[in-house]
Amino acid sequence: MAVPDISQRGPLGPGPRLRGALRRGLRWLPVLPSVLLLALFMAAPVAWSFYASFTDAALTGKAALNPQWVGLDNYARMLTDPVFPLSAWLTVVFVAVSAILGQNAVGLVIALLMTRSGGATASLVGTAVVAAWVLPEIVAAFAAYAYFSQDGTLNQLLGTFGVQGANWLYAFPMPAIILANVWRGTAFSMLVYRAALSDVPRDISEAALMDGARGWQRLAFITLPVIRGSIATNLMLTTLQTLAVFTLIWVMTAGGPSNASTTLPVLAYQEAFKLGDIGYGTAIASVLILIGMFFGAVYVRLIRGAKP
Amino acid sequence: MRFGANAALVVIGLCFVLPLAWLLLASVDPHAGYETRWPQSASLANFAAVLTPGLLFQPLANSFILSAGTAIVNLVVAVLAAYPLSRCQSRFNKPFLYAILFGTSLPVTAIMVPVYGLFVQLQLLDSMPATIFFMATTTLPMAIWMTKNFMDSVPLELEEAAWMDGASGLATLRRVVMPLMRQGLGVVFIFVFIQAWGNFFVPFILLLSTSKQPAAVSVFSFFGQHGAIAYGELAAFSILYSVPVLVLYTVVARGSGSAFALSGAMKG
Repeated sequence: MAVPDISQRGPLGPGPRLRGALRRGLRWLPVLPSVLLLALFMAAPVAWSFYASFTDAALTGKAALNPQWVGLDNYARMLTDPVFPLSAWLTVVFVAVSAILGQNAVGLVIALLMTRSGGATASLVGTAVVAAWVLPEIVAAFAAYAYFSQDGTLNQLLGTFGVQGANWLYAFPMPAIILANVWRGTAFSMLVYRAALSDVPRDISEAALMDGARGWQRLAFITLPVIRGSIATNLMLTTLQTLAVFTLIWVMTAGGPSNASTTLPVLAYQEAFKLGDIGYGTAIASVLILIGMFFGAVYVRLIRGAKP
Repeated sequence: MRFGANAALVVIGLCFVLPLAWLLLASVDPHAGYETRWPQSASLANFAAVLTPGLLFQPLANSFILSAGTAIVNLVVAVLAAYPLSRCQSRFNKPFLYAILFGTSLPVTAIMVPVYGLFVQLQLLDSMPATIFFMATTTLPMAIWMTKNFMDSVPLELEEAAWMDGASGLATLRRVVMPLMRQGLGVVFIFVFIQAWGNFFVPFILLLSTSKQPAAVSVFSFFGQHGAIAYGELAAFSILYSVPVLVLYTVVARGSGSAFALSGAMKG
């Protein structure tokens, strides 16, 4: 670390020092465009979201031109609005089951199986899993819609076993979007865990094998603790990605039937754009942003802890 | 043991392929419905039906402009930002990088309501350039983080030689550093391009006129208007729209030796 040495300043006074500071400043000039973009399109909307959530801003009408400060009204409304608590609960279920349980567990299982299987099988199955993830979101959503629809693939499969399938998107919207999100997002966890497992030193597990550690014990006491850093970051990232899912739900159920699959992003969209209530919509968005900030802060702490 | 693992993997793989089977089969079936079936008379009629300027070419061109624009803005801004971050020691480095990392975790869907408000205030609604800059900002934190990591792996010695010869900082960046991290820059470009190409929600909110909407949005309106009848055409459209990102992803996965480049870069 180059600490400015006072003794070298000499008789020239502040001149060179100022020039040095200027040069150091110029060196940082290239960072400016990124700071400007992030300030204008990221920080400003977040700040405006918090501000607008205290007003009655609307898409049309009198409040559109001249929004009034309404204090905590929008937040108070959340508590009395029967849809908000339901929506918050559905979001928790969606994230917990599809990201934390689904994508993480399935991704880890696939990665573990791959360490034990033939190379050709592993790469073929890897391609199948990744395909669902690389496809544009809207295409994946169409495919999932078709799969779960009344005469879709799932019911055809069940039919071959003699089971009469349901109209999943209407009767069981949450299980349908949860499964679709697991299908869509597992590839990310799989890639993270494959990378993590390839870093687990072989001799550690081999030493355990010598000691006669059975497979499950080896997994629980050796492999998982070694990759716990990856598990933690992956849990955070999949949580954040799933928290923001909109398109998949919008195409499959549009939040319905009667709000049965309205997660917070869908609710914020409906309130703001369908009903034109920007104030209430931004209040919901602000809650989502705060949740995202919380998980984001945890994620940054994890990364900082991992890299001293 | 090995057989068991293989069998379990194949079953899982089949589960992942199944929803895509419909897409492939319906696209060549002129009488497709939502059931997955072998077409009685396979034909490319569905593809022929959607291969029109209004339905396919214009939206795909819009997608291309949006995605390429977003990727170029990202690359330029990220390389500029990453250079001092990678090369100069400062006590602002770490806080800045962690702030960037924090930025990667903001749910973009949540800020769409305020962004719409902002675009209305600034009269930027329905503007392609503004949409490009916004989309670039949403992927920028990730792009800076990745670019900085790639730049860190370029050895300093070569640059020092260039400095000795009197080259300025930015000239060194352009002539020495960037050529050496060509592959990394390619990964960042493709990574951003794929994300922008598949982005539905942002253009759905910010671009209003049909002539500016990318394929992601136009396929959605198509689905809304004709989806209930023209399943086969919907599938054909979806496939044509997906091909570019599948190709680009394969390029990255092959080029970097593994598919980890995309996800691994996220771990810092």
